[in-house]
Amino acid sequence: MTISSDTQLADAIRDAKGPLRVQGGGTRPIGTSGPGEVLSTSGLSGITLYDPGALTIVVKAGTPVDEVTATLAEQGQRLAFEPMDHRALLGTAGTPTIGGVVAGNISGPRRIAVGACRDFLLGVTFVDGTGTLIKNGGRVMKNVTGYDLVKLMCGSYGTLGVLTEVALKVLPIAASETTLTIKGLDTATAVKAMSAALGSPFDVTGVAHEGTDTLFRIEGFADSVAYRTAELTKRLAPFGAAEPVTDSAIRWAAICDVTTLASAPGDIWRISVKPTDAPGVLDRLGQPPHLLDWGGGLIWACVPPGTDVRTALGAGYATCLRGTGHGPAFPPEPAPLAAITQGLRDRFDPRGILNPGLMT
Amino acid sequence: MQMPEPSARIIGLKSQLIERLLAVLPADAVISDEAETRVYECDGLAAYKCPPLLAVLPSTTQEVADVLKICHDMGVPVVPRGSGTSLAGGAMPTADSVILGVARLNDVLETDYDNRIIRVQSGRTNLSVTGAVEQNGFFYAPDPSSQLACAIAGNIAMNSGGAHCLKYGVTTNNLMGVTMVMMDGTVVEIGGAHLDAGGLDLLGVICGSEGQLGVVTEATLRILHKPEGARPILMGFDSAEVAGQCVSDIIKAGVLPVAIEYMDKLCIEVCEAHAQAGYPLCEALLIVEVEGAPAEIDEQLSLIKDIAQRLNPVELREAQNADEAGRIWLGRKSAFGAMGQVNDYMCLDGTVPVSKLPEVLRRIGELSREHGLDVGNVFHAGDGNMHPLILYNANTPGDLERCEALGAAILKLCVEVGGCLTGEHGVGIEKRDLMRAQYTDADLEAQMAVKDVFDPKWLLNPAKVFPLDATAARRDAA
Repeated sequence: MTISSDTQLADAIRDAKGPLRVQGGGTRPIGTSGPGEVLSTSGLSGITLYDPGALTIVVKAGTPVDEVTATLAEQGQRLAFEPMDHRALLGTAGTPTIGGVVAGNISGPRRIAVGACRDFLLGVTFVDGTGTLIKNGGRVMKNVTGYDLVKLMCGSYGTLGVLTEVALKVLPIAASETTLTIKGLDTATAVKAMSAALGSPFDVTGVAHEGTDTLFRIEGFADSVAYRTAELTKRLAPFGAAEPVTDSAIRWAAICDVTTLASAPGDIWRISVKPTDAPGVLDRLGQPPHLLDWGGGLIWACVPPGTDVRTALGAGYATCLRGTGHGPAFPPEPAPLAAITQGLRDRFDPRGILNPGLMT
Repeated sequence: MQMPEPSARIIGLKSQLIERLLAVLPADAVISDEAETRVYECDGLAAYKCPPLLAVLPSTTQEVADVLKICHDMGVPVVPRGSGTSLAGGAMPTADSVILGVARLNDVLETDYDNRIIRVQSGRTNLSVTGAVEQNGFFYAPDPSSQLACAIAGNIAMNSGGAHCLKYGVTTNNLMGVTMVMMDGTVVEIGGAHLDAGGLDLLGVICGSEGQLGVVTEATLRILHKPEGARPILMGFDSAEVAGQCVSDIIKAGVLPVAIEYMDKLCIEVCEAHAQAGYPLCEALLIVEVEGAPAEIDEQLSLIKDIAQRLNPVELREAQNADEAGRIWLGRKSAFGAMGQVNDYMCLDGTVPVSKLPEVLRRIGELSREHGLDVGNVFHAGDGNMHPLILYNANTPGDLERCEALGAAILKLCVEVGGCLTGEHGVGIEKRDLMRAQYTDADLEAQMAVKDVFDPKWLLNPAKVFPLDATAARRDAA
């Protein structure tokens, strides 16, 4: 079922006789929900409002991410949280939508510096599981009017409601960027070097460790980038010689989309931890093929099928993105939080028809 | 301001309640004397007052849990209170409620520079969080004007902002985890030193819920290294429209200042009389601040100056040293105090799209004349968060009501142009009954459903945020 208006969507949900599988572009099939009719939002497409002087864009949920990105680029702006494209890693086809990005709170390397999708989301319109159209937030950058259901919807994977429109804060595209790399660091030393960079005043906008390379990105006006690159090089000297790479944009696109693990055989896990915990987690997992982003706070690991990654964690959480994994794809919550989550699902989707079981 | 009729049943439970609370709290943490409970009769919205039944000052998460469990058992409403600086009445009690103050929860629990976090008890003041890490060059970014006094608990409840949030975001963007006590006494841990939620973003909905979902006792906050330096530039324009254009042009040019502050003529005059900051007496004044090393600041300011020059400013003054920077900020930082010296005022907090600033300023002027009360405008222009100050005389009968009517008209205007009722102060009691100007009944129902889940008996700060008639059935059922 493809929808082309908010009211049509509300009707479809209200009249639904059974479970629905909510789908944007279908490029991020994370976790499994039970059988159900596919409800596609791809017909809800288009940019409703773009106000470059206010750094805001309002977009229908089914709009392709590329269309949003291209529109912003014409005015020298971008989605600063650098949403990941999952197609390579998950082997999917289709067109990623902005609604899918929001529903999954999908963010990339720049998240460590500027915030996640949830931090850029200013407003949402959605239809809940009863077929009621609900708005929350707005299109201004500061808004504390009532509860922040915007955050609640971001990352709820369509289980509380189906997004019809989202308002996002955007930022200017940096005038230039430079990426430094130090080669040959083990993960423990790499995390230390990344912590040093993130704890510096030099506004590092990407810190990742992949294979033999530890990478540090600096963005901004040209003179400023040159200055900060030089200062950061000095700051990182105890860890090794930091050299600029020649293909900065390509490197970060690959890190963002985790393309190096795309063809690795095994289950793919996305693990969020306190950055300094990352080396220990990787040791306990037996040093599987991995990529560290967010200064070590985000581990992408490729492990043998069926590995229970969660036993290697202290605080933090792990989500299985590819493969059957071990246990549920989404992280189980402690009992009091699971009760709150279930309570919210019962209120927003009392019939349990929106992606039932997906996040549990 | 209408508040629910206090419950005679609950007031009748006072001595029994005191007895039970004294079993879990030290004697000096239970305040029941009427002269002492009066301390808690209002917050920063001082026009409205009501002493609580009791006040309690727990020192640990366990004590908070014990208090809440007792109040839950006895069906007694609880109003959480940080430092009582809310400008929206968020901490104003009712006569049948217990004030739960977090002032004694003020320890730093952990600082971790490698992971760039600090974990504090929630009664700690905003500025003292920075105070705990600045010797290592770090700071906590959200900086509400009340930061010397306001507590992190209140910052989380109201999702507080500040002058520098254009670059660093507001509380919700800098909050990573909480320890929170639910109304039934259950203690929950949400988030922590890692980023983002694996399940639903409960932290996101707790932040800004105005103490209605739980009592936060500990918080994990993001800390950042301080920038190498900062420098402001002051610009004066002969019209609000041109100043608004300048803000928009700066943002479009790809510069991202840490702050863009705006003052109108009325505020400039009052601040000059009070602080003698040397501001030009023009229609609209902007203070723009950028950060970085000296050369980086020069680069950004030269772009900003080029933009301003094209708009024929009446004044363009760049700080050459720390003293001059201090003078540029002096008037702005004394604005609220200065206005308070000349008049009673009500401070509004509506946010509008930046591109609508000139139109909104013009229409506020028209509304001011219609209602016969002066309005000064001093606000965070970069993010459209306006702070119209309505001047009135509390001793003139009818003036407060005229002020409230003008305030409501201005906030409805903010919503009409695509903005919202409150950008950083919160709804509290002040804007509670205006919520339908921004949200439909279905929108409000969805928000209230969240409270139903966290606090099914509607005992936590129950008469706030939502229109009283919308919550009556839920509160009465408690």
